[in-house]
Amino acid sequence: MKKLLLGNAAAARGLFEAGCTFVSSYPGTPSTEITEEAAKFPEVYAEWAPNEKCALEAALGASIAGARAMCAMKHVGLNVAADPLYTAAYTGVNGGLVIAVADDPGMHSSQNEQDSRHHAIASKVPMVEPADSGECRDFMKLAFELSETFDTPVLFRTCTRVAHSQSLVELYDRQEAPLREYVKNPRKYVMAPGNAIPQHVVVENRTEKLRAYGEDCPFNRVEMGDTEWGVITSGISYQYVKEALPEVSVLKLGLVNPLPEKIIRDFAAKVKKLAVVEELDPIIETHVRNLGLRVDLGKKELGLLGEFSQNRIRAAFGKALPESVKLEEQLPVRPPVLCPGCPHRGLFHVLHKLKVTVSGDIGCYTLGASAPLSAMDSTICMGASIGVLHGFEKVRPEAAGKMVAVIGDSTFMHSGMTGLVNLVYNQGVGVVLILDNSITGMTGHQQNPLTGMTLKEQPTAQLSAEKIAEACGVKRVRVVDPQDLKATEAAIREELAAEEPSVIVVRRPCALLKWVKHRPAFHIDPDKCRSCKACMQIGCPAIVFDGKAAIDPTLCVGCGLCQQLCRFGAICE
Amino acid sequence: MKTKSIMIVGVGGQGTLLASRLIGNALISTGCDVKLSEVHGMSQRGGSVVTYVKYGDAVHSPLIDLGEADYILSFEALEAGRFLPYLKQGGTIITNTQHILPMPVITGQMAYPENVLDDLKAKADVIAVDALALAEQAGSPKAVNVVLTGVLSKAMDLDEAVWQQSLETTVPPKFLELNRKAFRLGRES
Repeated sequence: MKKLLLGNAAAARGLFEAGCTFVSSYPGTPSTEITEEAAKFPEVYAEWAPNEKCALEAALGASIAGARAMCAMKHVGLNVAADPLYTAAYTGVNGGLVIAVADDPGMHSSQNEQDSRHHAIASKVPMVEPADSGECRDFMKLAFELSETFDTPVLFRTCTRVAHSQSLVELYDRQEAPLREYVKNPRKYVMAPGNAIPQHVVVENRTEKLRAYGEDCPFNRVEMGDTEWGVITSGISYQYVKEALPEVSVLKLGLVNPLPEKIIRDFAAKVKKLAVVEELDPIIETHVRNLGLRVDLGKKELGLLGEFSQNRIRAAFGKALPESVKLEEQLPVRPPVLCPGCPHRGLFHVLHKLKVTVSGDIGCYTLGASAPLSAMDSTICMGASIGVLHGFEKVRPEAAGKMVAVIGDSTFMHSGMTGLVNLVYNQGVGVVLILDNSITGMTGHQQNPLTGMTLKEQPTAQLSAEKIAEACGVKRVRVVDPQDLKATEAAIREELAAEEPSVIVVRRPCALLKWVKHRPAFHIDPDKCRSCKACMQIGCPAIVFDGKAAIDPTLCVGCGLCQQLCRFGAICE
Repeated sequence: MKTKSIMIVGVGGQGTLLASRLIGNALISTGCDVKLSEVHGMSQRGGSVVTYVKYGDAVHSPLIDLGEADYILSFEALEAGRFLPYLKQGGTIITNTQHILPMPVITGQMAYPENVLDDLKAKADVIAVDALALAEQAGSPKAVNVVLTGVLSKAMDLDEAVWQQSLETTVPPKFLELNRKAFRLGRES
């Protein structure tokens, strides 16, 4: 039976069919649905870990115990999981271990555009790269076999356009992979120097065996066309090449680390001109050049930045582009905004009003940086808000009292706690706002340790942000509702004035949660509206202005935040 | 069959993903190759969103590039104007007449291009429909996506039964009747 499946759902199907029994991940666009879809199979245990490092360690534990295990993350998540990755490369596995990593060329929903193939090379772990949903399923299954055959974790790399495209996938039955025997083996699993030194030899030998395997394996294939151009490519770039240049010969690499030698040389010998087409960094191209081969078209023509497309490839090869027309006028852009009723809106309005410096973090609330709220000074990576606050205040003591960190509930659990410990331990005085909206929002509503539910929707221990803050040594811990603008402002003012660390848990559930009840849309009495635009300051997409303010009833969810700003009583339920 | 390309554009939250899945599920019953492409994450929060549907004997790239779309199905008037450069020469734009103001308009930095649909008609074949009114007539303003899919269905060579089957597999049973009505209002518009 063929089914239309998202690349991520197909990857989940692949791990299911491969008999995988254990999945531990942290959500991150565009990788999230691999784990969400895996959790729907009763045969697969699946969990959200607090971060990618914990997730990979748990998956490695399951592998050592003899199970087939998988762990998924976005590209920047692999930085967090890099520590266990680089040593799991030495220990190898017992049951197969696959680590899915989703890159985001074009940065649709990311803070950088890093190429995760660098991690594969540096950690000396093999990496496979599918080009559509069918290959997501196939490569995931093959990756488990590769892992067990070569006693290594295997990286499974996708990108946004593979992860979030749907194509047809043939479904097969699951083949159980019974637990392999666990035998205590410190030489393999205790990576103290005495054992790690010989294991490094194992790793280098394994890489050479994998390179030989790559010369004739199901991941790599040659599709000969005319011999004017030969294109070496992989992953999604293969699809753009096939569309833009249907006539050329193609060497499609599915095993992108380690890269083969002989098939590349043989392919190059059969064509007049050689091109390498790969998104982001010139990994394959550098390898090909290092083999002493001439690359006639590559990064110089195609560029390092952003996503590829069929037109970008047509242009690089000097082919005609389809005709295209546009309107003469300049159209307003439409950036993403906080949703109507979003609990973050009230908080960022207060922060904007107080003119404080805001050390931001990763989540929906990063949108607090946009006009008209414009209340964010920095956003770096998961958990960075607290460290940045601490360092900033240490060298600019006058900033204390005028600066806060904002961090979401899930982000705090991910890697904010250690930053808070650092701030308290090293005598910082910062004010940390934990934005608890009862869910991991941006990635599409995943449970986390503060929500009291597991990925499999079972009730579980619900951790308390307040108690964690207290346990980290913060004496001034309080909770506010960001919908109450006066109380929120008063709390922030008081804590900014305090000469010791403070944590304010800013708590209200995400407006998109199904269990959150909404009031009917508000409306504005045009006779009472004095056109002062005070209600426009919160950047609510439901409030429009044309001489007078008005509320769009199809967007308003009746949160009533704007009502608190109107001095003329014009906004009514 | 040569590959056909449908670009679905709108504002995050308008339900473009469901429309693309509705079309995709209808297409697979015809036995052709189908690819859909979506964007999740930050752009879904009220920003400009794009999903792609491509079908034919063998579809490679999931993306639709400038000058390649046979149809642009737009959920909002300004977005139809924004994505005009993706329309193939001789292609058709099917658009909702609804205006949703983007933040730079709300904050007064820029004006909404009030004549955008007239300007579009001077450059391309445009079918404009008040899908919001039809969705409300069907019972919910949220059904704009299904109304517009109904309008598009007139231009695609698929049996009515295929669409009905796709509605059944794509839409939650609770909302099936409402969506059947929305689809019919679009198809008969």
